[in-house]
Amino acid sequence: MSILTGLLTQLLHLALMLALAPVLTGCVRWLKARLMGRRGPHPLQPWRDFLKLLKKRPVLAENASIISRAAPYVALAAAVLAAALVPSFARGMVLAPFADLLLIAGLLALGRFAMALAGMDVGTSFGGLGATREMAFAALAEPALVLAALIFAILAGTTNLDVITGIFQEGTLGLRVSLGFAALALLAVALAENARIPVDNPATHLELTMVHEAMILEASGRHLALWEFQASLRLTLWLALLAAVFLPFGMAAPGAGPIAWVIGLLVFIAKMAALAFALAVFESTIAKMRVFRVPEFLGAALLLGLLGAVFLFVSTGLS
Amino acid sequence: MMGPASSLIRGGNPQGAKPYERFLLSPTAWGQLPAALQQEPDLALLGLWADAAQVHACFLHEPSAEAVLASTPAAGWNYAALSPARPGAVRFERMILELWGHRAEGAVGLRPWLDHGRWPLRHPLAAKPIPFSGEPPQPEFLSVEGEGIHQIPVGPIHAGVIEPGHFRFSVQGEVVVRLEQRLGYTHKGTLSLMLGTSPRAAVRYAARLSGDTTVAHSWAFSAAVEAALGVAPPPRALHLRALMLELERIHNHLNDWGFVCNDAAFAFLHARCGFLREGLLRAIAAAFGHRLMMDRVLPGGVAPDIAPRGAEAILAALDAVEAEIPSLMQIYEAHASLQDRVVTTGYLRPDLARSFAAGGQVGRASGRDFDARRLPQNQPYPTLAFDVPVLEAGDVDARLRIRVMELGQSIALVRQVLASLPSGELMAPLPVRAGEGVAMIEGFRGDCLHWVKLDDGGIIQALFPRDPSWLQWPLLEAAIEDNIVADFPLCNKSFNCSYSGVDL
Repeated sequence: MSILTGLLTQLLHLALMLALAPVLTGCVRWLKARLMGRRGPHPLQPWRDFLKLLKKRPVLAENASIISRAAPYVALAAAVLAAALVPSFARGMVLAPFADLLLIAGLLALGRFAMALAGMDVGTSFGGLGATREMAFAALAEPALVLAALIFAILAGTTNLDVITGIFQEGTLGLRVSLGFAALALLAVALAENARIPVDNPATHLELTMVHEAMILEASGRHLALWEFQASLRLTLWLALLAAVFLPFGMAAPGAGPIAWVIGLLVFIAKMAALAFALAVFESTIAKMRVFRVPEFLGAALLLGLLGAVFLFVSTGLS
Repeated sequence: MMGPASSLIRGGNPQGAKPYERFLLSPTAWGQLPAALQQEPDLALLGLWADAAQVHACFLHEPSAEAVLASTPAAGWNYAALSPARPGAVRFERMILELWGHRAEGAVGLRPWLDHGRWPLRHPLAAKPIPFSGEPPQPEFLSVEGEGIHQIPVGPIHAGVIEPGHFRFSVQGEVVVRLEQRLGYTHKGTLSLMLGTSPRAAVRYAARLSGDTTVAHSWAFSAAVEAALGVAPPPRALHLRALMLELERIHNHLNDWGFVCNDAAFAFLHARCGFLREGLLRAIAAAFGHRLMMDRVLPGGVAPDIAPRGAEAILAALDAVEAEIPSLMQIYEAHASLQDRVVTTGYLRPDLARSFAAGGQVGRASGRDFDARRLPQNQPYPTLAFDVPVLEAGDVDARLRIRVMELGQSIALVRQVLASLPSGELMAPLPVRAGEGVAMIEGFRGDCLHWVKLDDGGIIQALFPRDPSWLQWPLLEAAIEDNIVADFPLCNKSFNCSYSGVDL
C-alpha cells in the first residue's frame, strides 16, 4: 500500500512539475511585464512556444558533432530526474530514498556540463564565451550549494532532502542563524543557476552580455524547445527546493491520503506563486551586475555557506 | 587671432560658397596644411569629402564657432592626407579612395572601408568608374600582439534587431584590448542617387540617410540648398522646422535613455521611456501625419502645415513626459546596481573628444561645448532661449545625463516655439540658378553638416551629407578600451551612432 501511494505521488509529482515548469516561467515573465506597466504575454506562452518548437526540425551547423545532438536530451533528462527528487506536495515518494541533495547537485552539474559542451561544440565565439562564464560562475556556485547541504546535514543528520524536509516540517529545530546563512547562499546560487538578473538576463538580445543564452544561441527547433523546457524545469525545481527546505509547511506526510495531497497541492501552488512574485519583484528592481562582479556575488554566497557551517560546528561542539 | 592653418586656407582662391567661404588651395598649399593644422589645434576638422575633380574639407574654428572650407584639385595626383594631423580624417580618406578614387598621400591606413569588394564598380563616383568582378577580399584588421589575446567577431548579423555592423574585439580574458569596427553593410549609393537631381527630389534621400534623425538631415540639406540659392524660408516654416527638430530630439533621447538602462537589464525605465515616447510619437503623427516627420522639411520651407489640433496633442504628450522625468531620474539615480554599471564605464577623454571634434552628447559629455543651434544663421534659434548642458565626466552616465538635461531644454523650446508660432507662408519659391551652400543643423546625435553645389540649371552637381556619427564611431573604439566585453553594449548604446548615416 505504501509503495503504491509512493508510486502514485511520485507520478503525480512528476506530472505536476512538468506541467508547471513552463507555466511558472510564463508567470514570472507576465508578472514582470505587469510590474512595468506592460500588458505582457499570456502565462501559457512558453507552453505554446514549446509545442510549436517541438514540431520544428533543428538546423545544425555543418561541423556540429554528436554533442550538439545529444546535449539537449542529456540536459533535459538530468533536469527531469532532479525534478523528480525534489518533493512538491507530498513526502514519501517512491524515489525519496534517492533524493540526496548531493545527487541533485550532481544532476544539475551534469545538465550544466552538457550545455557548456553544446555551447563550445560548433566553435562560435559566443558559445565559448558563454561556456567559460558559466563554468567560472559554477566553480563558486557549486561549492556554495554543497556547503548549504552540509549545514542541513549537520542539523538533520542526513543529506536526504525528504528527511530534511520532514525534520524541518516538525519544527523542532527552531530558528538557527546557520539556516539564515544557508538560505541566503541558496538564494544566490539559485539566481546564478537559473540565469536570472543580476547574474544573467534571460530576456537579453545582446550577445556579448549573455551567459546562459550564449550557449544555446545556435540551437533551433526541437533542440531549442528542449533547452527552454529544461531551463524552466530547473527554475521550478529550484523554487520547489527552496520551498521544501525553508517553507516545508502544508506538505502531505508519507502515506497520507488524497485529501492531504489536495491540501499539499494547493499550498505548494501558493508557495510557488509567492516565490515567482518575489522573483519578479526582485528582478524588476535591480540591474544586471558586471560580469566581473558575479564571482564576488557568488563568493559571498560561498562564504555565507562556510560561515553557517562553521557556526554550527562550533555551537554543536560546545553544547 | 588667425592661426597658421586658417591663414593658409584663407590665402586660397574664394569659390563663393555661402554662408562659409570655400577656398581653393593649390596642391602645394594643401601640402602644407597638415603641418599648419598641427600648430593650430583650435581648427577642428568637421568633414572631408570629394567630387570627381577635387577634395574638400570643412573646418571649424572652435573659439569663434566659425567654419571655413578648403579644397584642392585631386584628379590625376595624390592629395596630401590630413589624417596625420586630424585623426578624424582617417575614415573620410578611406571613403574618398573608395568612392572617388582619390588617394591620400601619407594617410594613416587606407584599408577598405565601405567597399567590401561586392560592388560591380570600383570608385563609383569617379569620372570613370572601373568595372569590378571577382572574389571579395578577406577583411583586414589591425593586429594585436600579446599573451592570451583572442578575437571575438560580432555581427554584422546580431541577435537583436539592430543595424548591421561588424565589431572585431581583441580581448584578454574579458578585457577589451582593441575594438575595430567594420561598417558599410547598409551602403545605399545615396550620393549617386542624389547627384544630378533637383534639390526637391534629392531631399527625400537626405531624409532617409538615417531614419531616426530624418528632420535634422532634411533641414541641413534644405538649409544648404537655401544658402546656395540665397533663399530665406518664411518665418512660420523656420519655426515649424525647429518644432520638429526638438520633437525629434525628445523622442530619440527618451529612446536612448530607455535602451541604455535596458542594456543593464533594468527593464523598468525602458518600459516607461518607451511608453512616453510612444505617446509623443502618436501626438506627432496627429500633428504632422508621420510618426518620425519624414519628408516634412523641404528646400524652401515646410509641407504640410501642422494639423489644427496638433499643437495641443503635442503639448499634452510633453506634459506627460515632463511630469515623469523627475521620478524616472530618481529611480535611475537611486538604484546602486544600475549606477554601478553606468558610472565610469566607457570613459572618453576630453582631449580625444576635442581632437575628433565630436558633436552631440558624445562631445558635450566630455567637455566639448559646441551646439550648432547657437550658430547665428540657424534661425529661429537665435530668438529662443535655451541652455546647452556640458559635462566633463565622459562616461556612460554623463552621456545619459546630457540627454536627460537636453530633454528638459527641448521641451521648453517646443513650448516657446508653439507660443510664438508666426502665421504666414510655408514655402519660398526656389529660383533656378547656380550656387554653393553649406549648413549645420544640430540633430539629436550632433551637428549634421551638409554641403551642396548646384549648377546653373539648379541641378545638384556635387554634395556631401556628413552625419555626426563619422566623428563619433572612432571614439567608441577609444572609449571601450580597458572595459570588459560585456559592457560594450552599454557603451555602444550610450554613443548610439548611426550605421546608415555613415554607410553612404
